[in-house]
Amino acid sequence: MNKSVLALAAVATLGAMAMSAGAATLDTVKGRGKLICGVSLATPGFAAPDDKGRMTGFDADICRSIAAAVFGDGDKVDFVPTNINTRFQAVQSGEVDVLSRQTTLTYTREASLGLDFGPTVFYDGQGLMVAKSLGVASAKELKDAAICTLPGTTTAQNLSDFFRTLGAKFELVVFESPDENRAAFFGGRCQAISSDRSDLASIRAVANNPDDYILLPETISKEPLAPAVRQNDSAWRDIVSWSVWMLMAAEEKGITQANVDEKLKSEDPEVQRMLGVTDELGPMLGLDKKWGYNIIKSVGNYGEVFERNMGQGTRLGMTRGPNTQWNAGGLLYAPPIR
Amino acid sequence: MTLFYDKRFRAYFYQFCAVGIVLIAGWLMFVTVSDNLAKQNIATGFGYLDRQAGFIISETTIPYQETDTIGHALLVGIANTVKVSLLAAILGTIIGLLVGIGRMSRNPLLQRLMLAYVEALRNVPLLLYLFLWYAILLVALPPVKEALELAPHVYLSNSGLVLPSFTFEKGAVFLRWAVILGIIAAFFIRRTALRRRIETGQPNHGGLAALLALVGPALALVIMGGVAITWEIPEAGRFRITGGLHIRPEFVALLVGLSLSVSASVAEIVRAGIQAINKGQWEAAAALGLQRSRVMRLVILPQALRLMVPPLTNIYLTVFKNSSLAIAIGYPDLVMVSNTVMNQTGQAIETIAIFMAVYLGLSVAISLFMNWYNGRVALKER
Repeated sequence: MNKSVLALAAVATLGAMAMSAGAATLDTVKGRGKLICGVSLATPGFAAPDDKGRMTGFDADICRSIAAAVFGDGDKVDFVPTNINTRFQAVQSGEVDVLSRQTTLTYTREASLGLDFGPTVFYDGQGLMVAKSLGVASAKELKDAAICTLPGTTTAQNLSDFFRTLGAKFELVVFESPDENRAAFFGGRCQAISSDRSDLASIRAVANNPDDYILLPETISKEPLAPAVRQNDSAWRDIVSWSVWMLMAAEEKGITQANVDEKLKSEDPEVQRMLGVTDELGPMLGLDKKWGYNIIKSVGNYGEVFERNMGQGTRLGMTRGPNTQWNAGGLLYAPPIR
Repeated sequence: MTLFYDKRFRAYFYQFCAVGIVLIAGWLMFVTVSDNLAKQNIATGFGYLDRQAGFIISETTIPYQETDTIGHALLVGIANTVKVSLLAAILGTIIGLLVGIGRMSRNPLLQRLMLAYVEALRNVPLLLYLFLWYAILLVALPPVKEALELAPHVYLSNSGLVLPSFTFEKGAVFLRWAVILGIIAAFFIRRTALRRRIETGQPNHGGLAALLALVGPALALVIMGGVAITWEIPEAGRFRITGGLHIRPEFVALLVGLSLSVSASVAEIVRAGIQAINKGQWEAAAALGLQRSRVMRLVILPQALRLMVPPLTNIYLTVFKNSSLAIAIGYPDLVMVSNTVMNQTGQAIETIAIFMAVYLGLSVAISLFMNWYNGRVALKER
């Protein structure tokens, strides 16, 4: 009897080992017929369900563009809201195929977490928001203030670094849940709240009176937000990277969701390659010939994705800032698609 | 083969097998996990504990700076957890004892009120109460700019209570020894007085002498000028009141939440303990002419308290574990600090292993202490 129990345990363990040995992600995704994408817990602008229950937001649209590249249909995505503390485990364990969740690309993360990052989709930076009534114009004046934040790695550390350089002290109040964090700030427990600037815009959007709050001009850190995939699957990482670059290249070439069909007749050779009219680029990555067309048809180009989710017309009201094309003085620079 | 029919041998054999299976399963799990981590190129090991933490912690029970190591930051978390659980256990027990006795009162108003108190606290999840107390503290108290000055240099606002604090310039060590000496002396005086009282029957508590012995040495030291302190007076800065002793609302909300939750459980244990005492004890004590309150204090409670020790162990374990809900309202306990560390290093398995080991270790320590205490005070039935 004991022997059989032992054998059972051994079999179970071996089974667990076998399962973790990674199959190629693209095959897994194709076999499943859906992309599983890790996104934020309800963060307006990045990933939040709308009133019809459809996941909307910048990060969600990145997921859709990858799904469109793979399946030709941007809606073949299952969104998995991931917690800030377990998001990396979700990728490592294969629970999600790609993590598109306001995640900052850093050296330690890429080197030690078993992850590979795709291209930066959003150039963000950590900022501070205060109530207008506080009468503060610069973060440097916030000596001795109490600052509310989430237990993100970079956020707490950047604040410590910033105030240490100034030789000033401050009180850090850390909340696990974004709701409590916001409530504590709006309730006056903290004089300032700190997070990525895009996230602060999102927080301000849900305030009773958004105009009572201002973002301070300082950006105290660089936060390049990028999608992440499991390490050592470069074919899959390539698909994620080029889906993102396709969005950027499309904006550069003036291809939009509305005019993409017209552009099929374009004379521009690069546009023809992007949309799969000439050259068979897609199959090199195991994708359809018209992958680029499918992406733009599903979500539009980078600019459209940005404006739809967080631009001037939305409650977030963000400007493009560094997230404009390289030839307009921004940082978006897609490698040539040829 | 005949050995196998030996009952004792068989018992040992089965136990040996059971332990063996558990050990092998644990080992296989460990091997699988480390193998998978290596395969996924995830850093492993506890080397990260020596790295610089780089983040600040708002509430530190032991000295800490952001330049200290991650291991030290985790120690700060442990100290914060222990501080709040210990205080909550003590406060909760005292309140619970009073509520439990009130619950047995013959006054219907008091009795019903205590019943409502217990039921309201026991039947709503603690987490919701924590949110409630914290929200009340934030809303009810004025913002820090309009802080109430309760007494000179004592400020109350929704950033907490700020009091003047002091540090010892000299004599800290002497004072500590004087206090310890006082406690020991008072203890012996009480014991001698009690023995004499049992022998002679004279009502001498030795209370005054014990009190003198308790504060005497410390007081003498102070009067002789052996101690000097410097006060740190809180000052209103531009945003916040700095300096002095700062009691934060996160800590208060957690302490209140945990204490009240403990008190409701303790109250029920007290009631059960009192009801478990034979009715004959009440009647016998009443027959001796004791008033009801004295019956309670001198006859019932001493017997009931012994019965309460084992169930109290459970309560203390629960409060200790529940203190991890701190994370919801921003009190930097062990779990909160661990989360920041996890986020920073990405080494979730090791960090979770550490905090599980800490919780397990301290829980076992609480259990062992309570069992020892129970063994000492339990009624010896002969």
